[in-house]
Amino acid sequence: MHELAVCQALMTQVEQVASREGAARVTAVMLQVGPLSGVEPRLLQDAWPIASAGSIAQGAALSVEAMPVRVRCLECGADSEARPNRLLCGECGGFRTRLLSGEELLLKRIELERDGQAA
Amino acid sequence: MCDTCGCNVTDGNRHPVEAGGRHATTESGREAVSVLQNLLTENDHEAAHNREHFDRHGVLAINLMSSPGSGKTALLEATIERLGREFRIGVIEGDLETENDAARIRDKGVPAVQITTGTACHLDAHMVHSALHGMALDEIDILFIENVGNLVCPASFDLGQHRNVTLLSVTESDDKPAKYPVMFRAADLMLVTKSDLLAVLDDFDPARAEHYLRQLASGAPTLTLSARSGDNLESWFDWLRHEAVAQEERVAKGETGRPSAQPEGAQLHAHAHP
Ligand SMILES: Nc1nc2c(ncn2[C@@H]2O[C@H](COP(=O)(O)OP(=O)(O)OP(=O)(O)O)[C@@H](O)[C@H]2O)c(=O)[nH]1
Ligand SMILES: [Mg+2]
Ligand SMILES: [Zn+2]
Ligand SMILES: [Zn+2]
Repeated sequence: MHELAVCQALMTQVEQVASREGAARVTAVMLQVGPLSGVEPRLLQDAWPIASAGSIAQGAALSVEAMPVRVRCLECGADSEARPNRLLCGECGGFRTRLLSGEELLLKRIELERDGQAA
Repeated sequence: MCDTCGCNVTDGNRHPVEAGGRHATTESGREAVSVLQNLLTENDHEAAHNREHFDRHGVLAINLMSSPGSGKTALLEATIERLGREFRIGVIEGDLETENDAARIRDKGVPAVQITTGTACHLDAHMVHSALHGMALDEIDILFIENVGNLVCPASFDLGQHRNVTLLSVTESDDKPAKYPVMFRAADLMLVTKSDLLAVLDDFDPARAEHYLRQLASGAPTLTLSARSGDNLESWFDWLRHEAVAQEERVAKGETGRPSAQPEGAQLHAHAHP
C-alpha cells in the first residue's frame, strides 16, 4: 500500500504549485498514470480524501487519465499496443522493445481559484 | 525541486511551457495550471543524491527485492562468508519490524544498519539517506540494500542503487514475473533461489520463469542457485565481481550507473545537482 505515500507526495506538489500561483483553493487535480508505474489508480482515489483533508485542495476532484501500454520494436521499428506482462512487439513478436508509454506517474494539471473569484 | 531546476521539461512538453502555455482558463472561469511533474520527484532527487554519495566513495550499491522469505538475508550471509575478505561489504536492512536481519548480518562481522519502516511496505530514498549516516562509506566496496519483502511497492521507489537484483524462490510459482511485471521488469538480474528444493518442488521450472521474464522485454540474466547447498553461488559471485569492476570504471570516468529499466521520472534526474 504505497499509494498513501504517493498521495502524500502529490499533496506536497499540489501545495507548492498552489502557493506559487497564489491560489485560494484548488478545485481539481489531474494525473496521468500508466499500469507499469506500479501505482493503482483506484487506491490513489481512495487515499486522496485522506491526504488532502484540511489542505488547500480539500474537496478537490482527483481525476486519473489511464495511459496505454505502447512499445517500439528495436528489431523491426514498429510501434504497437502491449500488455503490462507482455511487452513484445505486436508485429514481429521480438522482445527487444522500448516502452513508449505505460510508466507515467505524472501530475498533469491543477485547476485553482484565486481570492475574489466565484466558486 | 524540479520547478527550479527545470528537469521536468521534456521534449514532449517543452514548447507549451516556454510559450507561456502553462496557464489556461476553464469554462467555469477557473484557472488551469499545467504541471507535468513526476509524483515521485522528491524521492528521485534524494535518490540522485544517494547515488552521488555512493559514487564519490567508490561504492557499488545493490538493491535486493523479493517476496517475504525468498532468501535475501540467507544469500547475503552466504555472500559475506565467501566474499567478505575480497570485498568490504556493508548492508542496509529494511523490514517492517525487528532488528533480526541486521543482527544476522552483524554476526558475520559486517556493518549493518536496520531500517524499520513500521507500516511502510517499501524503502524510500529518504530512509536510505538517513541510514547512510550510520555507514562509513569510505570503508565499503559493495553496499547491499535489502528491501522490505514485497513484490509490489519497492519497485516504484528509486533508492540511488546502481543495480536491482530480484529473487524468486522455487517455493513460489514460476509465473511470478507475469503476475508482478513491474517488479520483475526492474530487475538487472533475476535469481531463482532455494534450488536445493527443486527436487521436491518439481512443478517449478526455472526455464519457464525466464520465459515469463523475457515476455517483459527484459534481457536481464538469470541464475538458479541455493544459499543453503552452495549450488551455483560462484556464478552470483562472478556477477558481483563483474559489477564491482564496472562501477570502478564508471567512477574513474566520472560516470554513474542506474538500473536498466528505471521509470522515466528517475531517468530525468540523471543530471547532477549543485
Ligand atoms: N532450503 C533452503 N532454504 C532457504 C534457502 N535460503 C533461505 N532459506 C530459508 O528460507 C527462510 C527465509 O529466508 P530469509 O533469508 O530470512 O529470507 P528473506 O528474503 O531475507 O526474508 P524477509 O527479510 O523476511 O523478506 C529461512 O527459513 C531460510 O532458512 C535456501 O537456499 N534453501
Ligand atoms: Mg531478510
Ligand atoms: Zn518488431
Ligand atoms: Zn531535478
